Amino acid sequence: MSQNRVAITGMGIMSSIGNSVEENLHALLNNKKGIAPIVNIETRHKNEIKVGEILQTNEELSKMLNLPEEHNYSRTALLGCIAAKQAVKQANIRDIEAFKTGLISSTSVGGMDLTEKHFQNYNAESRRLINSHHAVDSTEKIAELLGITDFTSTTSTACSSAANAIMLGARLIKSGQLDRVIVGGTDGLAKFTINGFKTLMILSDTDCTPFDANRKGLNLGEAAAYLVLESDAVVKQENKTVLGYLAGYGNANDAFHQTASSENGEGAFLAMTKALKIAEIKPEDVNYINAHGTATPNNDLSEGKAMKRIYGDFVPDFSSTKAFTGHTLAAAGAIEAVYSVLALQNNVMFPNLNFKTAIPELDLIPVTKVTKKSLNYVLSNSFGFGGNCSTLIFSKN
Amino acid sequence: MKPCYINSAVSISAQDTLNDSSFLENTISFEGKLAKAIHPNYKKFISPIASRRMATAVKMGVAAAKKALELAELEIPDAIITGTGIGCIEDSEKFLNTILDNDEQFLTPTSFIQSTHNTVGAQIALTLNCKGYNVTYVQGAASFESAVIDAQLMFHENVANTILVGGTDELGKFLINDIILAEAAEEQPILTPFGEGAHFFTLSSLKQNNSFCVLKGLKIFNKATTETIQTKVEAFLKENHLIPEDIDAIILGKNGDAFDILYQSLQDSIFKDTPQLHYKHLCGEFFTASAFGFWAATIIIKQQYIPDALKLNSIDKSSYKNVLLYNQLKGQQHSFTLLSSC
Repeated sequence: MSQNRVAITGMGIMSSIGNSVEENLHALLNNKKGIAPIVNIETRHKNEIKVGEILQTNEELSKMLNLPEEHNYSRTALLGCIAAKQAVKQANIRDIEAFKTGLISSTSVGGMDLTEKHFQNYNAESRRLINSHHAVDSTEKIAELLGITDFTSTTSTACSSAANAIMLGARLIKSGQLDRVIVGGTDGLAKFTINGFKTLMILSDTDCTPFDANRKGLNLGEAAAYLVLESDAVVKQENKTVLGYLAGYGNANDAFHQTASSENGEGAFLAMTKALKIAEIKPEDVNYINAHGTATPNNDLSEGKAMKRIYGDFVPDFSSTKAFTGHTLAAAGAIEAVYSVLALQNNVMFPNLNFKTAIPELDLIPVTKVTKKSLNYVLSNSFGFGGNCSTLIFSKN
Repeated sequence: MKPCYINSAVSISAQDTLNDSSFLENTISFEGKLAKAIHPNYKKFISPIASRRMATAVKMGVAAAKKALELAELEIPDAIITGTGIGCIEDSEKFLNTILDNDEQFLTPTSFIQSTHNTVGAQIALTLNCKGYNVTYVQGAASFESAVIDAQLMFHENVANTILVGGTDELGKFLINDIILAEAAEEQPILTPFGEGAHFFTLSSLKQNNSFCVLKGLKIFNKATTETIQTKVEAFLKENHLIPEDIDAIILGKNGDAFDILYQSLQDSIFKDTPQLHYKHLCGEFFTASAFGFWAATIIIKQQYIPDALKLNSIDKSSYKNVLLYNQLKGQQHSFTLLSSC
């Protein structure tokens, strides 16, 4: 066992399947998906798409944080603050500055939901809201809420953003730069992203069907999730309950196309290979893969090929949870990190909903029912535009 | 942390920093609120077909990155780590305008595809066919520094020998006007113009023949006040086995706003007898403007010379061995960077 393990001692999550870790677990164990027609955003595409939306309005979320009426929190910041607060609470942190504590968040869309409202129409309100546009804004607000004044950073690598935030946090703990770090990501739904994915013609008008031969595309979602990572020393000193460990991580670039994944899943293959090496385990030690599995024709084929390059005909049990939550972009790596830890804690694999027929080129069948199994290592993939591929490996011990 | 050797430094900025071989001798001053970058002939770096689709930041970033690799005689780095504060705002604005003007109809994907913050890092990877580690940081004024810290960490972990790091920001065309209006309404607003630029550096874990400078330490933190900043800088120097008197020049991210008191408190105390420098009057204020300061520091160490345009006081030193940078924006996203001769 290597020195300086990275323990996970707290988790918080807001997603379309629940406003807490418990609610998310309950939904995952009971096939309760969060995909439905859009409610909170006025868009002309509302009858053509289904999304994983958090039903609380911004006003309701603001109340959960006791914010004054005239605030400048984007939806991304609101969701991020609530989820990060839950994580710190579960980790039972009373004095955040008692140890060298950092925050690494991530977002893709940032405060675009606010910018959409005042763009090219400067007025008194835009003066208040304008700086909420920037990607750093939600991170600053979370840091303020948690009282973090030390190392604070933000990653943005599209749909693999949170995985990279988690990875940096783990590396800073391993190298002794930080004792404790809150890591994760947040992205609220915005017209900008809905229309963006719509123009790429990769949005499904039905519930998405990851790894299915007849998959039509993804459902967008919104979410935020944070994990508290702590060093072995802090865990020992504070006698902390450990939920799981972050054992491995890998990052590579597909260097193939700005938005499409390469046919042989090169970036995904490299990211998984690196993560296995850092975790110092053999591929077959992985008991369950929480796949990126967006349900786009391109991703699932490419990711499946990458898994087959590593495992041949013996791909471990795998599933994509995106049919529950939708693709939550920058937050995806963080919510799926939470799900991976929940899988380890409960020795359970979550179903890949809506699957019927295997992709002929792959002949891979995901886990389609809630399945109990002793789990020691769970691997989670996150891939993004720009060829940014990241893999995290979580372990029980 | 292991030292990081710097083998090339490239700046595309509102000054002619890419083409002019003199070091900030012929500087331009700005009348208005914008300090737009002086663009190179991009044909030298990017094919015209690819260039046509690229927004300003992507072009600047790819060109600066390629030039940095060329100067360091490096074909493919082990990792590409970039920072940007505002991201690809030109394409974001283009896409947003079409959504708003046409009520979400008649949209094409190109500007959306290129609007994500990681576009510059991704396009560099694609251009070089570099499959290594690739991350983009978006921590406001500490975006570039976040990227450099990641590189430092990779050397510490022995997982890379050479890394390309850089910072890129573009002005865009619309949001910047509102940012200027909002800033002007502040009691003590930013007085330098708003700028843009791309700064790229190749770093190595081992000293090479072409290494001309070494990064000894870098710290980012989110909050500080005039009461705490002096203690923080002293602690940072101590971690690097230095005292304030060892610093041969301090480069400050002054922009004229109310938060300049943070810099002033250091100028008036521990660094009052140190050569004091500023640079944002030359490159403008933008989230990765501190990379212009970083670039200037590496050239000062290389050439052992401080151009007048950078000087805030008239103190000179016989040699410039240790240069410290301090930057922050609106009292947040602070960074200390220590560069030394090697």
